[in-house]
Amino acid sequence: MNTTTQQEPRAVANRATRQEFVVPEVNIFETKDGYVLEAEMPGVNKSGLEITLEGNEITITGRRHTETLPGNALFRESQSYDYRRVFELDPAIDTTKVSAKMDQGVLTLTLPKSEKVKPRKIKVD
Amino acid sequence: MNGLMRWQRPELATWPGFGRLTNLRDEIDRLFEAPLAELTRTSQLLSGWTPAIDLYEDKDNVFVKAELPGMNKEDIEVSFHNGTLSVSGERKSEKKHEDAEVYRAERFFGRFQRAVTLPTPVAADKVKAQYQDGILTITLPKTEEAKPKHIDVNVT
Repeated sequence: MNTTTQQEPRAVANRATRQEFVVPEVNIFETKDGYVLEAEMPGVNKSGLEITLEGNEITITGRRHTETLPGNALFRESQSYDYRRVFELDPAIDTTKVSAKMDQGVLTLTLPKSEKVKPRKIKVD
Repeated sequence: MNGLMRWQRPELATWPGFGRLTNLRDEIDRLFEAPLAELTRTSQLLSGWTPAIDLYEDKDNVFVKAELPGMNKEDIEVSFHNGTLSVSGERKSEKKHEDAEVYRAERFFGRFQRAVTLPTPVAADKVKAQYQDGILTITLPKTEEAKPKHIDVNVT
């Protein structure tokens, strides 16, 4: 079975790369038509989003639009790093048909399976 | 396959985390080794969803920012009482994926609440909130008395 898997664990991603990223939390589902991936990236809008497909890897990068609030921060819990996460793709996915939608800081990636791997009924003559 | 997790209903997911916490030695090790994000996740296992909150001020306003990705505007409640601003709400899980096989379920669905005590008096009737790109920004104008005053000093 080939599945969508996370390429690099959280800690390794932070230590190995010079630039630091926040690893967005994701939900991944498989349906009979393909996979759905939802990633939480508050503060990122459509223009800050970068999705690259390379071989069987998909990289999601989300850049926060940095309209800083005026004045001084009294306390801060949010991170200022951009988001990044890499996933390995199931070869059954038709990479030409991947689509993405951004809504209120949640990215939804739809990764359809190619026609030839979808379950289908065989007609008996 | 590496990295695959069996899906658990969110309310069950609290137990493995809780069990882990009882091992004090492990927990101390984690405190020193784990990156901050990991710690936040541990606290989320115990308390549900704790959205990050930032507090800013300039000379006229206090600003509160909360990271609330994927909410419906109607499900966010903001209230202000006795100098404390409270943000609460519920993120509802989408029903459309119920028949699907779940590979990863890291997002939290359900209720949350955060409260923050403001450093200065604000005009409660002029509080404004805006929700965009998954971030709630609340602007709380300071009362006239709380604003810094400029006093000219006349030297004679």
